[in-house]
Formats: sequence, structure tokens, C-alpha cells
Amino acid sequence: MALLEVKDLRTSFFTDAGEVKAVNGISFQLDRGKVLGIVGESGSGKSVTAYSIMQILAGTGKIVGGSVKLDGQELVGAGEKVMKTVRGNKISIIFQDPMTSLNPTYTIGHQLVEAIVLHTDRDRKQAWDRAVEMLRLVNVNEPERRMKQYPFEFSGGMRQRVMIAMALACEPDILIADEPTTALDVTIQAQILELMQQLQKELGMAIIMITHDLGVVAQLCDEVIVMYAGSICEQGTADEIFYNPKHEYTKGLMRSIPTADTAGTRLQPITGTPIDLLNMPEGCPFAPRCDAAMKICIHQRAERMEINADHAAACWMNVKQAVEDGKIIPAAKEEGGDPA
Amino acid sequence: MSEQAKTPLVEVRDLKEYFNINTGWFRTKPLKAVDGVSFSINRGETLGLVGESGCGKTTVGRTLLHLYKPTGGEIFYEGKPVKTKAQIQEFRKKATMVFQDPYSSLNPRMTVADIIGEPLDVHKLYSSRQERQDRILELMGYVGLNSEHAARYAHEFSGGQRQRIGIARALAVNPDFIVCDEPVSALDVSIQAQVINMFDELQEKLGLTYLFIAHDLLVVRHISDRIAVMYLGRMVELAPAGEIYDHPLHPYSQSLLSAVPVPDPKVARANKRIVLTGDIPSPLNAPSGCPFRTRCRYATDACAESMPEFKEVSKDHFVACHRVKEIN
Repeated sequence: MALLEVKDLRTSFFTDAGEVKAVNGISFQLDRGKVLGIVGESGSGKSVTAYSIMQILAGTGKIVGGSVKLDGQELVGAGEKVMKTVRGNKISIIFQDPMTSLNPTYTIGHQLVEAIVLHTDRDRKQAWDRAVEMLRLVNVNEPERRMKQYPFEFSGGMRQRVMIAMALACEPDILIADEPTTALDVTIQAQILELMQQLQKELGMAIIMITHDLGVVAQLCDEVIVMYAGSICEQGTADEIFYNPKHEYTKGLMRSIPTADTAGTRLQPITGTPIDLLNMPEGCPFAPRCDAAMKICIHQRAERMEINADHAAACWMNVKQAVEDGKIIPAAKEEGGDPA
Repeated sequence: MSEQAKTPLVEVRDLKEYFNINTGWFRTKPLKAVDGVSFSINRGETLGLVGESGCGKTTVGRTLLHLYKPTGGEIFYEGKPVKTKAQIQEFRKKATMVFQDPYSSLNPRMTVADIIGEPLDVHKLYSSRQERQDRILELMGYVGLNSEHAARYAHEFSGGQRQRIGIARALAVNPDFIVCDEPVSALDVSIQAQVINMFDELQEKLGLTYLFIAHDLLVVRHISDRIAVMYLGRMVELAPAGEIYDHPLHPYSQSLLSAVPVPDPKVARANKRIVLTGDIPSPLNAPSGCPFRTRCRYATDACAESMPEFKEVSKDHFVACHRVKEIN
């Protein structure tokens, strides 16, 4: 059984302007000890997915459907009491901005001890020792002295280490990392990614890595989910996604990254602007920006289709291909094809 | 190209910018944000400037345009010094800037037409209202905005479109030289590529010269002819783009380049990263001698004693490192 099973999860924000379907029916599984990457642009719903799993959505946000199962236990609708035993103990999260996720008025030690006392039955003395041990684990020098310092005395990379130490103090099964290195410099980013990789191997936890940086995904992840406008367009192993992309959006993303070979040439960007989540089209959300869009793409969403055992995508192009290859016999009423 | 190619369009010699930081009552200490940087940019060229936050790359761009008064050093434009008020005023008709944050760099109370038209007003570059309007529409066309966008306000646009407005504003005075300060780092990957292409196209069409400041090394490599690497207010390496990526000589450039996450799983798994230990030191307490020595794996006692000279080690390849010969 998968450690985490998300099925048809739907989360909406109810704003004055209307319902924003930030996460619109996504399903995935996460096995023990695996690293899953979720990539997408801003507004694609990748962070909201994480917040929905943790049920820490902001005021107007609400899970409107679907299920999240942790070790077989249903979390959606389970109530705050259950969630309190899950957050921090079984699933921990680290945020993008290490500058604002620590309280500036308390020492690092105070904040670490508070988290440990809250989630375990250790007393303050034991929690202090545990906190020192955790800081040592994340390569903070002189942890005993550092415990008595305030966040402003830490650099960005060091603060992110403290956040990781806090998240891992209760040995969670899953660590959700929401753009953990976006606010950091490249050399510090390399340090943090290296650290996460090493801790993941040592402690054997599963990681959900949320990022917009395909480089980070390539380096860290076993499996990848590509999101656009609240839905999953493609999911599969990292190798499949990078070397054999089967959704037009993923292909466009891969083409638009500058690499060693593109110097002196034009990039091939995805045209148009990101979609307005308040005015979602009835068809494929990517169709308005898609060069290969067909008539059907504008009217009807593509279903998720298995490409092979390690790879699935929701794109009509694959249906078209399958029909052409004779793998699918089209129903009496032709649906695929018809380039528009 | 003969005469023009010989004099660089922009030249900077030993540029210094110190900010005075209060360290106590009536006590200040100079923060050496930029400490003796020299480079030149030829007409039609793109010089990429990379480095981590706090290394002084943005300050170089701003001081170059006299947005900060330089503490020391000289700036030359087409071989002529830029120093007096009149020279600066004249220089600013030829050199403009695109800012990093497309949200805070546009006045929310001005329409797009007025934002783009402001440099025209300041420098009095039109004789009639019609001429102003035509010029604004022409500029909007350059960056792919429609005429119907002219009467709208900045908040009605997405990040990528706002950056286009910022670029149109920079183009308004018909400049030769643009300082681009992290113009794409606030944008999503798919939009980033659109804006990068636009910079390329405008350069071809209008013969522009760029100083392209960024921390994303993949982007810088794509757009630049030559690349300069900065660390703690100093330039540590300067070389043609391909050269610096294939044969970085300074230990800092080497680790910086190896730290870039490559969007290719097989390469990324095989990649041997040189992970630097520690953080960038505070420019208020810069280490003695070579600024990089505290994080450098090759550092010796000699590195603490004197500042390495920024010298040419092979054609067009400048490095500031005492041990460059031994370690490569």
C-alpha cells in the first residue's frame, strides 16, 4: 500500500470574484522513501496541493472533494484533532521563505524545543538535547551556541537548515518541501539540496518537492508531476518526463529552458500568458497557449492516459497517436483528430 | 565597425561604491559594495554579470548609470568621461535601465502610456502631443503590446507583460545601452523565454548593447557574449561566455557553475558538484587578502596577505586568483 494516496483532490478558494478552483481533481501516490517532484508555474496549484494535504489552507480556501489517505487513514474530513497528530509527526513541511517562517522574537532553541515538546512526550530538557542533535545533523556548527541565538543572527541558508531540523525532529514519514531553495543563492541551494538528499537516504523518509525549477527536479526526484492550472498534465518517472515528455505543456517547458546548446539561438517559448483561474475554459486549460491544439482540445478535457507503466499524461495528442497506431479503435462518433 | 569597434561603448575603470553604515552613535563604517571594478563593453555586445546576492552586481549597474554617486573610479561613454551634471544628463539619454521587479518598478497610479511616455517628457523628446502618442504606440509595438493597452494601469497586467512595459519605458529615449538588472528572475519559465527572446530581437533590430545582470547562470549564458563573475564587491573572472562555462579558472566560478542544477536527470546524477562550505562573508568584515579565501578549497596563507591582481591569463580571459596557474 502506498504511504500517501491522493484521489481526485479538489480545493477551491471562494473569493468575492467567484470560486477559484486552485486544485481541480488531482490523484497521485507516494511510496515510502521516494522523492516526488511537483512542478508548475505560479498559480498552477502546486503549493495549494501541499497545503491541502496538510490542511493548512488560508481563510477562504476549502477542500471541496476527493480524498487524502495516509497509511490507509482518510484525512479529508477527519477533523482538527486527527490532523494535529499528523502535522509535524507524520507529515512535516518546510516553506519557501526561511526569513519569515521563523519567529524573530524567540531564540532558535526556544522554537525548536517548542516544536519537539508539542509533538513528542519528551520534556524540555530532553527536547533541548534532541534539538542540538538535530542541528548537528543538518550541519550547523556549534549547535549549543547557535541554540541561544535569534533568527536575525542566521543567514538564509542557515535558517533553512533550522527549518529542516525542525521539520525532521519528529521523524516524519513525509517531508513536504515547498520551494525550499528558491529564496537562496545557487551555492547555498547546492548545499541545501545536498543536505536533503543525504538526510533522505539516512532517514528513509519520502519527500514531496514542490518547485518551478526543472534543474532541482532533475537532481533530486524519482517521480515527477507536472501541473498546469490546477490539474496534472503529466506524471511519471523523472527519466520519462525529461526524455520522453508526452504533454504539449511539458514539451514546451523543456524547450523553453536555456541550455548550453541554445546560446546564440532563439529560445522556443510557450506563447501567451498563464490562464485566469476565474475563467477556466471548458476544454484543456493549456489549449489557448498550445501550438498543437485541435478542435477537441478546446471543447473537452483529455482524460489521463497511460503511456507505459511509469508514465501517464492527459493530452489529446496521445489519443490521436494511439488511434493512428491502431491501438484504440475510435467509437462510432470520431473524437480525436481534426487539427484546427 | 572599424573606428567604433576600437573604442568600447561603455568603459568603467576602478569603480568604487561605498555606503556608510551606522555602527553606533555617530559612528559609521564604509560598506564596500563595489570595490575597484573595471570592465568595458563593446557596441552591440552583451556583458553578463553574475554573482550571489550581496556581491555588488546590482550596485555596479546602478552606479554605472549614476543612480548612485560613485565613491571612486571613472565611467566613460564612447570614450568621453561621464562626470559633470550635464554629461550625466546627456548620458542618460543614451543609457537606461530595466529593473528586476516588474511589480514595484511601475507607478500604479499612471497609465501604461504615461509610464512609457515619462522619459520622453523628462528629456523633452517630442514637439507635439501627436508625436508623443505615436512614439508611445511605436514603443509598445516593439515589445508586443497592443495599442488598446495604452490607457490601462499596470495592475491589469501579468508579470511578463509588466516587464514588457518596463522595457518599452527603457527604450523610450532611443538608447544605445541598457542595464538589465535581473529582468527575468521574477518571471515563470515559460514567460521568461518570451522576454529573453525579446531582448535578443530588440538587440538585433535596434543595435542595443546590454549589461545583463542575473543570478540565473543558464539565462546569462544564453544571452551573453562575455560574462563577468563578481564576489564580495570585486570581479573575480571575466571571459567569453563559452570559455567561462567550459574552462572556468577561478575556484569561485568553478563551484558556482557546478552548483547550477542542470535540467537533465542523467547529467544531474553524474554531476560532481563542488559544494562550497559556509556563507558569503559580510562586506562590512571582508576577509583580508583574497575575499574568497575563507570558502576556497585551495586557499593558502599567502592568499590572506595580498589581494590577487585581476590579470589576463589567456586571450580575453581575466582572473583574480593567486594560485590560478597551480590549480588548473
